[in-house]
Amino acid sequence: MRLLTGQAIADEGALRVLGHELPDDSKAARAEMGVVPQLDNLDVDVTVEDNLAVYARLYRVKDVGAAVDRCLDLARLRDRRGDAVDELSGGMRRRLLLARGLVHEPKLVLLDEPTVGLDPQIRTELWTLIGELKSRGTTILMSTHYIEEAERLADEVAVMHQGKIISRGHPAELITEHAGRQTAEIYAPPQRLAELRTEAEANGLRVRPAGPAIAIVGSEKAGDGVVPEDAVIRAATLEDVFVLLTGEEAE
Amino acid sequence: MSAAPRKMRRLEPAAITGVMSRELANFRTYWKGTTFSSVLEPIVYLLAFGLGLGATLVDEVDGVPYIQFVGTGMVATAVIFSSALPAMFGTFVKHRFQNTYEAILAAPVDVEELVTAEMLWIGLRAGFYGCFPLLVTFAFGLDPAWGMLLVPIFSFVTALGFAGFGVAMAATVAKIDQFNYVTALCITPLFLIAGTFFPIDGLPQGVQLVAQINPLHQLVELVRGGAFGYEAVDLARFAFLLAFATLTWRVAVSRMSKRLID
Repeated sequence: MRLLTGQAIADEGALRVLGHELPDDSKAARAEMGVVPQLDNLDVDVTVEDNLAVYARLYRVKDVGAAVDRCLDLARLRDRRGDAVDELSGGMRRRLLLARGLVHEPKLVLLDEPTVGLDPQIRTELWTLIGELKSRGTTILMSTHYIEEAERLADEVAVMHQGKIISRGHPAELITEHAGRQTAEIYAPPQRLAELRTEAEANGLRVRPAGPAIAIVGSEKAGDGVVPEDAVIRAATLEDVFVLLTGEEAE
Repeated sequence: MSAAPRKMRRLEPAAITGVMSRELANFRTYWKGTTFSSVLEPIVYLLAFGLGLGATLVDEVDGVPYIQFVGTGMVATAVIFSSALPAMFGTFVKHRFQNTYEAILAAPVDVEELVTAEMLWIGLRAGFYGCFPLLVTFAFGLDPAWGMLLVPIFSFVTALGFAGFGVAMAATVAKIDQFNYVTALCITPLFLIAGTFFPIDGLPQGVQLVAQINPLHQLVELVRGGAFGYEAVDLARFAFLLAFATLTWRVAVSRMSKRLID
């Protein structure tokens, strides 16, 4: 993400954003790009509308007042425009941070783990905003550790492992390709799980640990008796794909 | 595809004023405290030194009543403390703790524009606060003079130099408590051997030499020139301050580029 905003210079390779070569032409690229950082870096003592107005100026927006109003509507903070940021709730701050990155109506928006550490309600709220943005035709490049988020929001997902893209495609296609249709989760004592796992793998099925359980991925292909009766059958997810592709041990 | 990409230039005024508008928005939330201390501090110093020393030990220096001697010199004190310190701490905090610069640099703003804007803002602010000691000294019998109208400009240029110094320091230290070394080794000595409280020609040769190249001393002399009459050498002093500001500006830009761009 820092490479894309010109705050890190690549040692090798070429980088092109919206037709601009980086880092030489990075300033012009940044003018057409909106960035929503992972860490909240709003000016906390300053009012909501001043936070937006400053960035409207930094992005050379002609009508600063109109841009501020548009962002206030987007973040649903019109009635809080005169309040200092540190008087806002966590969810409001997140919406403001997102709106600030959109103050110049960018063609491309970078979202760097936008929902990290948020309550489910706030996360859902942000998903709605991101969905609205998407439906208006803005290109969004988002990084996330929440696989569920990628599955819900993305048209195209790139699975990264140790700095390299190891798989890329539409979430549903990736799931079909790598995980199949459904997954069976089995909860049992470790001893029993180990036995079931060995048996499933002997039958050519892929198994991954899932916390206190194991998940037999692509369980629709299992022969009779391989998946025990008390297994919880659910639809295969992108998380199944991610764990299968990147391995059981985190980096 | 969209229209041909707009060519971006170096040091765009819109980027610089944009960054300054951020400072102004923040300043509106804390100006009362800063202004209060900027007015009160010279009064305290004037009372302590001017009245204390003036009433007991020193009557006048070079024909100037001691309280007016200190009062005119205090402009430099106000300038260094409202430029070097905010530049050091403000820059460090915005970079390291608030991630402000990461957000600004994600916009079409370069490090050079960012540093220039921060220096200009601090320069303007300190140029303004630098005038307060002079106004306070009017109350102690200093006569207004036309030459004093240039004091805000002298203060502004000196503050630019010390703002650049502060930004460069902020981009150099690894931890915020290392500013203690900068303050003890640089700022306090510069402030004491500027000729504010005593003339520097009574100092030992070596110290006098340091005082002669101390930008703050040039400011002290220029302010006294404004109050009691300029001399030809004051032109050289002003040129020296301009050179100092230019030098710290370039050093600050280069240090900050190294710090902010990986």
